[in-house]
Parts: sequence; C-alpha cells; structure tokens
Amino acid sequence: MILARYAGTRLAVGVAQVLGVLVVVFAIAAALPGDAAVVIAGDDADPKRIAQLRELLGLDRPLPVQFGHWLTGILHGDLGTSAVSGRPVADMLGVALAPTLTLAALAFVALVPLALLLGVVAAARRDRPVDRTITTLAVALYAAPEFAMAIVLVAVFAVWLGWFAPTAVGAGGSLLLDPQLWVLPVLVLVIRPVCSLTRLVRASMITTLESEYIRHTLRLGVPMRRVLWRHALPGSLTPATQHLARVTDWLLGGVVVVEAVFALGGLGQVLLAAVSSRDLPLLMGLVALFAVVTVTVNTVADIVAYQLNPVAGVAG
Amino acid sequence: MNPIPRSALPPLPHLSRRSFLGLGAAVGGTVLLGACSTGGDTAPSTEVPRDGGRLRAVFAGGGAQEVLDPHKTNLYADVARSNALYDKLVEYGDDLGPVPRLATAWRANADATVWTVDLRPAVFHDGRPVRAADVLYSYQRILDPKNALRPRASLEVIDIGRSRAIDERTIEFVCARPCGDLANVLAAFGAYIIPEGTTDFSRPVGSGPFTFVSFEPGRSFVAARFGDYWDGAPRLEELEILTAPDETARINALLGGQVEYADDLGVTSARTYDSDARVQILRSPRSAMSGFAMKVDRPPFDDLDLRRAMFALVDRDELVSTVLGSTGVVGNDLFGKDAKYYAGDLPQRTLDLDEAKALVRKAGALNTAIEIQTTGATNGFVEAANILAEQAGRAGLKIDVKVGEGSTYWTRTLDEGVLSSFRSGAMPIETHLAQRMLTSSSKNYTQWRRPGFDALFATASETTDEEARVGAYQQMQSQLHSEGGLLVWGFSDGLHGLAPNLAGMSPHAPTNTLGYARFDKAWLG
Repeated sequence: MILARYAGTRLAVGVAQVLGVLVVVFAIAAALPGDAAVVIAGDDADPKRIAQLRELLGLDRPLPVQFGHWLTGILHGDLGTSAVSGRPVADMLGVALAPTLTLAALAFVALVPLALLLGVVAAARRDRPVDRTITTLAVALYAAPEFAMAIVLVAVFAVWLGWFAPTAVGAGGSLLLDPQLWVLPVLVLVIRPVCSLTRLVRASMITTLESEYIRHTLRLGVPMRRVLWRHALPGSLTPATQHLARVTDWLLGGVVVVEAVFALGGLGQVLLAAVSSRDLPLLMGLVALFAVVTVTVNTVADIVAYQLNPVAGVAG
Repeated sequence: MNPIPRSALPPLPHLSRRSFLGLGAAVGGTVLLGACSTGGDTAPSTEVPRDGGRLRAVFAGGGAQEVLDPHKTNLYADVARSNALYDKLVEYGDDLGPVPRLATAWRANADATVWTVDLRPAVFHDGRPVRAADVLYSYQRILDPKNALRPRASLEVIDIGRSRAIDERTIEFVCARPCGDLANVLAAFGAYIIPEGTTDFSRPVGSGPFTFVSFEPGRSFVAARFGDYWDGAPRLEELEILTAPDETARINALLGGQVEYADDLGVTSARTYDSDARVQILRSPRSAMSGFAMKVDRPPFDDLDLRRAMFALVDRDELVSTVLGSTGVVGNDLFGKDAKYYAGDLPQRTLDLDEAKALVRKAGALNTAIEIQTTGATNGFVEAANILAEQAGRAGLKIDVKVGEGSTYWTRTLDEGVLSSFRSGAMPIETHLAQRMLTSSSKNYTQWRRPGFDALFATASETTDEEARVGAYQQMQSQLHSEGGLLVWGFSDGLHGLAPNLAGMSPHAPTNTLGYARFDKAWLG
C-alpha cells in the first residue's frame, strides 16, 4: 500500500505544519508594534490606563507563558476569550463561520464546473475565436483586483439597476436562502480563480490531447466529445486538483475583501479586526482554524493527485 | 499557506479605529441637516411628526468584538447604542456647554469642593426608579482603577469614597480639589448611569429612550420604544443599529434602501450625493480639528522662532481645500472653534512667507531636516503632512514625512519624535486643556508644561466666578496662540446620510454631543 504510506507521511507533515504556523503567527503578532491594551486605549493613550489594561488582560506575562496558556487551553478544546470583547472566541468564530462558509461553498460550486467547461472548450477549440475570447477575458479579468471589481459591480447591479442588495447590512437569517445578498459577493470571489483555473485546465488538456494515447483513441473512431470528457479530462486533472487546493487559500484572501465591501460579518472581517486590534486569543483561534482547513485541503488534494497520477513526483 | 490576500487591500477605515469617538481620531459628526437641498431642516416644517416604524441606522462599529457595556463606549456605534439604552446626568449641548439630563440642577459650596446634584424623576426599563445609589454605583465602577475604563480620567476630580446620597434623588459629590464646573465632568464621554449592582450587560437595563430587544455583535442591535421615558416616549417603534466598517458599504446601504441613516460618510460621498434626491446630508459642525503637534520641550521646536516660522509658513487655505474639501474652515492654532470660552477675537493667522523665511534663518534651521510622524490609518493625515512638507520647503525648511503604523500611532507620538499629525473630536475646551496642556496631562502631545499656565487653568477650573473663568481662558489661549506647539490649521464637519423620509434629527449637534447619534426625537415620514 504505497498510497497508505504516502498518506500517512503527508498527514504527519500536516500536523507539524499546523503547529509551526501557530508558533510563527503568535511570534509575529506579538512582534507587531503595540498590543490589545494600546489598541483598546486608541487615541486615549494615557500611559497609566494602558498599564492597567495590560494587567487586566494578562499581557504583562512573558510571551512563552501566554502562548503556553493558550495552547493548553486549545488542547482542552477551549479557545479562550477575546482580549477586546471578553466573550468566548469559540462563540465569535461560530457566528462568523456561517457567512464565510456559505460564500466559500457557493464559490466552489460555481467555480469548478465553470472553469472545467471553459478550459475544455478553449482547449478543444484551440486557437480559434472561441479560445481567443476565453483566454483574453481570463487574462484581463484576472488582472482586476477584487475590491475594484466589487465596487463596480455594486455600483452597476445594486445601486443603479437595483437587481441585488448593495450590502448585507441588516440582513437576518440564512445567507444561503437569499440570493439577492450572495450573487454579487460570490461573483466577485470566483472571477479571478475561474480565470486562473480555466487557463490551467486548458493548458493541461492541450498537453493531454496531443499525447499518443488520445490520438490513438481518436483513430479508433471514438467521438471527440467522449474523448474529451472521458479520456482526456481525467488525465488533465492532476495539476487542476492541486491548483484548486491553492485556490482555497486564495478564497480566504478574497473573502476578507468581499466581506468588507458587502458588510457580511464573516471570518474575514473578524480576522481583520483581530489583527488590527492585536486581539491575540481571537487571532490565534482564527489562525488555528485557517491552518487546519488549509493544510487539510492541501493534503487531501496531494493524496488525490498522487492517486490520479502516482508517477508524477507530487510536490509536497 | 498564506491567508493574506495578494491583492492590495483598500483602506478599511474600521481597522484604524478611526472612528474613535473621543479624543483624537474621530472624524467627528454631528447630526445636522445643514446643507441638504431643502436647506436646513430635516423635514419641511409643515410635515406632521408621525409615530411608529423601525429606523435602521448603520455605523462604523467594532465588528465581532463589540460589547454593550456603556462604560466601554469607544466607537460611534457604541455611542449610538449607549444613547439609546442609557442616560448621563448631563450632556454637552451644541456649544459644548452643559445640558441637564438625569440631573436637573447642580450647586457648589463656597469653595467649590462639594457639589449637590438633584436628580429628576426617571425610571429604568425594569420599572425601578433612578436613585442616587445608582449614580454612585456607576461612578464607583468607572473610577475603580482595576477596571481601566475610559471615562475615569474625566471623573477623577470626584472623591467617590467621600461622596454620598443625601436622599433618593439628591447626591453630594465631594471633590478631591476645588472644581468650578462639575457639570462638564458629569457630561464626560461614556459616563452613563446604570442600575446599582449591574455587572452583566448581556440584557442591559438603562433609563434611556429605548429598551433592549436583541444584540448580535458586529451585526445588529435592536431596541424598542420605552413608553415611560422621562423626556417623552420616542416616536419610533423600534431602532436598529447596524454596523458596516466600510464607508462604501454604508452609503450603498443607504442608497439601496437598506437603512435610513448612514453615519460618518467621507467628503467625497457627501459631495457626490449632495443634490441626490435619495439622500439628505446631515452635518455635525466643527466636529473634527486638524493640526500638527510640535513638541516644545526638545530641539528643534524648543526654539520659539521656529514654532512661529511654522505658524507663518502654513497655507491654511490650501490645506483646508485639499484635505477637508467643502466642509472645512481654517483654524487659528487654537482648539474648540465656536465652543464655549473659545478666544474668537485673536487675530487670524495667515500665510506670511517672508516672515517665515526670516524666522527659519533666525532659528538657524535652514539646512536641518525635520521628521513629521503621520499615519495612513486616519483620513487625510498623510495628504496634510505631504502638503505641509511642500509648504515648509517654500520657506526654506526641510520636512520629511514618515508614515507609520495606525493602531499604535497615538501611543507612539505621545513621547516620540518632534512633530506629528494631530486630530481631535469635539469636546469642551476645558477638557482639551486638562488632558493635553498641563504639566500633569496624560496626553500632552506638544509637551507644553508651564507652571504659570497650570495656575491659570487651576483658576479657571476651580472658580465659580464666571468672569474670572472667562478671563483665565482668554489668557491661556492667548499664550497658546503666540507660543504653543499645537498648529491648528482647520476644522471640519462630520457628515451623515439620511433617507428622504427621516426627520426630526438634531440639526447642529457636533459629534459626541447630545444631538449626535440620538434617535428618540426622530420619525419616519
């Protein structure tokens, strides 16, 4: 069971990666100028009050002690309390998780079929107008930053045409049940990944289509459509799968911007708040969550890629 | 493995906590319907006020980290929520003078060391009367050093241990030193009254115009009309305070009909929608002061000639028109334009390049480079610093702009460097002087420490003789004007957007005064 051994190794590496990220992020966050006490005081920078706040928040303890305390907590399933609000971090993340997960899931559902379809069509019609149009659009849209796209889309489709809600301000209930709210954010989120994934699928499809076994299949009289979807595509998926995993990391970045523009109040906004307010417990809770998700997704993707194509030395 | 997006992030105002209310960073805002197309009043006066409806108001807010503890009030959204649920004893009026709220009267003894304060008949949301004991408990909580609460610095003149309740509705405040104007202290930012014994704010009870319904931090706060409010029940059935850190999101929510009030808009949005029928622009006059702080205790600005050179080389009109746009007016190196005790009769400084060049030469600063600390986290800081550097160049003075990190900016520039960008929200001139201009001030950004000045301030704050007080304020401001280290080049209005059907908002209230972020007199037409 070569696969089992490979998977075992990857999982062990994954756990080490998560731990490494936690230590590094804690160190970096602690090295940032200022701390939660300074941020809470804000423009009311009275040194005496800041010293009291430090004591109140336990920020006067040595850093290794603070980190050890946090790590002990997390191993008992306790994420601690936010330095700024004093509420349990787990509750804060729980509330923010729903909108972000909804966005990410919808983005994936839109992204995968769209990119596969466009990539395969472009490869099949290589160098013809269809392919040129797809490629040009992909390059052009890929170059536009998310927030600029978001602002333009809101101005046109929400404020001017009134088709969608301009923001999620005041929306209650489930995001998923209200397409008015999520169409534009999801669109902004997927535009760039669709572009990059489309080009990747196209490139690897072209390589596959030129391979000897595909030519042979065609010579045997198997129809082109069947060759494309049944024979060529699976062989081209290895790089796409791994790229898709990298897109997960990217979605996190996109989500930060999109949530701000649409005021969605998800993990992205919590992350920004945690960093800017030096709220270490909240930040570490988020980082733990992100690290576990990212490492899991990438590990699974590598294992799947390994299974699809064991000979191609998979990059770890 | 890197969760940081690769695209450049747009500036996200909430991050910088730019919307701090109190002292420095606030881009202030008053609720005022000044320059809307109807020309002054929120609603045509013929309109009859209507009852009912839910008003949705969106503020910058603090996201998931928000709390409902009124003594931790910090951001505009916190003020809106606290104003809905709670009352103070006294509030600041449009001129930053005291307006009675839960307190109806306050009297000092002969040497102003003991004040007697009368409470009005008022009830908390749970039906209990507001008593002297509730006031004493609230102030004890604020003054307890262990809690490290913001209003503590403002209330510390009160010796809470020796203060007592004379009866249910009369309090005797004993002061640690003579205090000529206790009302100003009672109106301190965040000094709200909570019921005695309150420690938990998950379902808060106050005496304010709205009662608590629900709260989802970072999302929504809902409160309902309190029929027994002492100042008359609100017209609105419900008030919902929403948060959106991004200014774009706030104006979009208003344009899209998702809210009726959008707080703290940028100059650009206000200009864009000034004549748009979907939006009324409400102004909070003079809510933010913009300036530069020179540290007078160290070279190069310990040289008065160089400070005077700075006062003379600044082209205030250019700064105002570039950075503040149409809402700005020029400043005269003094805080608190149009506030009570402001020395409005001192001559307005204007650009005088020849004078500035001569003074730079006299100070021997022709070839020295001076560094100005600034930050991108507060709107307009970097632009203003760059313009200042250019203007100084015209007078032969070299200023290098150093842009630093936002969240620690106010802590760093307190002691470090020689010159920094400075801004302040509206507050009484007394508060400004007490916190920033005395030897004992904890936030003395110009390091202005003069025993004679301290003595004048003591006179102004301890005397109950109004004429003596006015005289002392006049002298202090005239000293600061001629020798101080605070270069005040402009004042600007806070800007808010209102839906066309929202009326009854207070039209001239600077940010953080009685009329700001209050919805108990508003109605939806």
